[in-house]
Amino acid sequence: MAAAATVYNPVGFDFSNQIRNNFLADRGIPLPKATSTGTTIVGCLFKDGIVLGADTRATEGEIVADKNCEKIHYITESIRCCGAGTAADTEFTTAMISSNMELHALSTGRKPRVVTAMTMLKQYLFRYQGHVGAALVLGGVDATGPHLFTIHPHGSTDKLPYVTMGSGSLAAMAVFEAQWKPSMTREEALDLVNAAISAGIFNDLGSGSNVDACVITATKTDMLRNFVKPNERVTKERTYGFRRGTTAFTKEEIRNLVVHEEIIGVRDDAMDVDGS
Amino acid sequence: MPQTRSFDPYTENGGTILAIAGQDFSVIAGDTRQSEGYSIQTRYAPKVFRLTDRAVLAVNGFAADGNMFVKKVKQRLEWYRHAHAKDMPLRAIARLIQTMLYAKRFFPYYVYNILGGIEEDGTGAVYSFDPVGSYEREACRAAGAAQSLVQPFLDNQIYFKNQVPAPGTTHPAYLSLPDVLSIVIDSFTSATERHIEVGDGLEIYIVFAKTRDLQDFETIRAKNVHLIQELTVAEDGERIFVLRRDLKKD
Amino acid sequence: MSIMEYNGGSVVAMVGKGCVAIASDLRLGNQALGISSNFQKIFPITDHIYLGLPGLATDVTTLKEQFRYRVNMYTIKEEREIEPEAFAHLVSSTLYERRFGPFFIEPVMAGLTKKPSGEYKPFIAASDLIGCLNFAKDFVVAGTASSKLFGVAEGLWEPGLEPEDLFETISQTLLNAVDRDAYSGWGAVVHVM
Repeated sequence: MAAAATVYNPVGFDFSNQIRNNFLADRGIPLPKATSTGTTIVGCLFKDGIVLGADTRATEGEIVADKNCEKIHYITESIRCCGAGTAADTEFTTAMISSNMELHALSTGRKPRVVTAMTMLKQYLFRYQGHVGAALVLGGVDATGPHLFTIHPHGSTDKLPYVTMGSGSLAAMAVFEAQWKPSMTREEALDLVNAAISAGIFNDLGSGSNVDACVITATKTDMLRNFVKPNERVTKERTYGFRRGTTAFTKEEIRNLVVHEEIIGVRDDAMDVDGS
Repeated sequence: MPQTRSFDPYTENGGTILAIAGQDFSVIAGDTRQSEGYSIQTRYAPKVFRLTDRAVLAVNGFAADGNMFVKKVKQRLEWYRHAHAKDMPLRAIARLIQTMLYAKRFFPYYVYNILGGIEEDGTGAVYSFDPVGSYEREACRAAGAAQSLVQPFLDNQIYFKNQVPAPGTTHPAYLSLPDVLSIVIDSFTSATERHIEVGDGLEIYIVFAKTRDLQDFETIRAKNVHLIQELTVAEDGERIFVLRRDLKKD
Repeated sequence: MSIMEYNGGSVVAMVGKGCVAIASDLRLGNQALGISSNFQKIFPITDHIYLGLPGLATDVTTLKEQFRYRVNMYTIKEEREIEPEAFAHLVSSTLYERRFGPFFIEPVMAGLTKKPSGEYKPFIAASDLIGCLNFAKDFVVAGTASSKLFGVAEGLWEPGLEPEDLFETISQTLLNAVDRDAYSGWGAVVHVM
């Protein structure tokens, strides 16, 4: 097992559990399901730049694990990436590329470009032949202008003016195909993204809760977390507080973290710093 | 390898149902969403049906089998009515459902049934079934997609499981109607939050015994006038109402 | 049959007013056979962070030692105690390292974050088996009884519970959920911080 003698592990994944897990799989015990984001994510080009959108539901099978997770990840100041698919993969992959982009920018002395992030992501995902389950919508504005890409888990990319990914992508794309037009204003673009994500939220069971949006222009990036919240929980009919003493227990142990406190005044005379 | 083609005769349509028996009333509820995979087939597909003025059947699992099964049960009840000049008592309906389900033991109706209503002695009753007819009378039961979310909550609030009563008191044997309705509504809102196949709408059927005074129900009715509908057919017998509410649609 | 169900066990953590609670059952089984009713799944990491490890028992033991090592290294290098959020990311990285041969554990963390004013703020987090973090504001659940725990917690939890009331709520959540799960139960332990 790695990490025995040093806390610095070698770069890359650790496959040392592979033999054990294959053995278990052969015995009929399959790998458990990881959190998947179900998801609706979109990106769209407008007059001044890019608007990215995402829902906020994370599912584990048919159960909602997180009702308000963040799917728009930071790559650089002017580049963001929405992630669908296996949540851990999108989280770590975008974090890794973000880190490498910052190093690259320092190395080149130039503002980072969207195509650079796209190339890093696609080459990484292709290397893992689709096993890293990250389906991404990458968008940003750089020195060459605004760019929007979609990246599939196997490493293929598309450059388009409007894109959708995730289980709710069909619902969102239906909205885009009906209403997208070139050179929209910021308000029009935000309304369109809201409509597209809402279509995913209400028509796809894998997507839900709130709409997140991110507007990226040449001058600034606006992260609109929980931009629209159409699914607030209604107040419950009753409160279910219990009488103290309802739960029976056999042993109670109380450990005070502050064991003993003594306040000592600090000496008045100044510190002698002459050295004499 | 020879090529094989197959047709899977069943599919899962999601949704959740639940029923709670009070002392002289019974509450049977179900959400109205029908789904398949990640898609919603319809936001309003009733799963809870009035059989007679004193019996309500909720069906959940494979919607096609559920709807057809209800039709067949209603037909058998009509035949009984003509043959015996009276409505079938609740425990007899329960036994009938068992025989109808077991008749298809080797190509079952893929439905989990919950029958609720008023017994011949005027008490509230809930009978729950498995797809091939095993049944039991209980105080409360949840079935469907969110069964594992709702049933333990019901265990705690209806049966008072794991709760030690205050010294010198005991837990009540039956809950009041407003308490039961609150628990039903909160069970469904909670299930909607955490289960993707539950939502859209909620239909709650309430069946009252003949002798019951409806004072407490009238206060609830006054608050929800446009959401409650009466379905009673006969005069001076049991009374049956439907309460409809919205659930989250995401 | 899933490997996560092999030994059984469940954990839940909840946020209260100025406090957090984390609770687990005590069962260790070999599929349907119960072996121990005293199997610890919640471990103190610091005075202000507790970690719950439901899942395959051998990985519970391995990971608890791994984290003890990594947290000790952190403490030595940083010359201060690790904060809950940093610890959550430490858990996440440790699990993602094994992305293609994971530990069969879904960790749950509960702790108190020290604010600059000296006050403590409640913190809970959960992760899936490959390190996807979930920072919930209300409660987190994991284990074989997770769907039952979700249902009861969603019904019983409300914001602003005092420590004694949070104890009652988290206990009732755990007890009633594991009573409906064949692979969890056989005793319970609750920590309130």
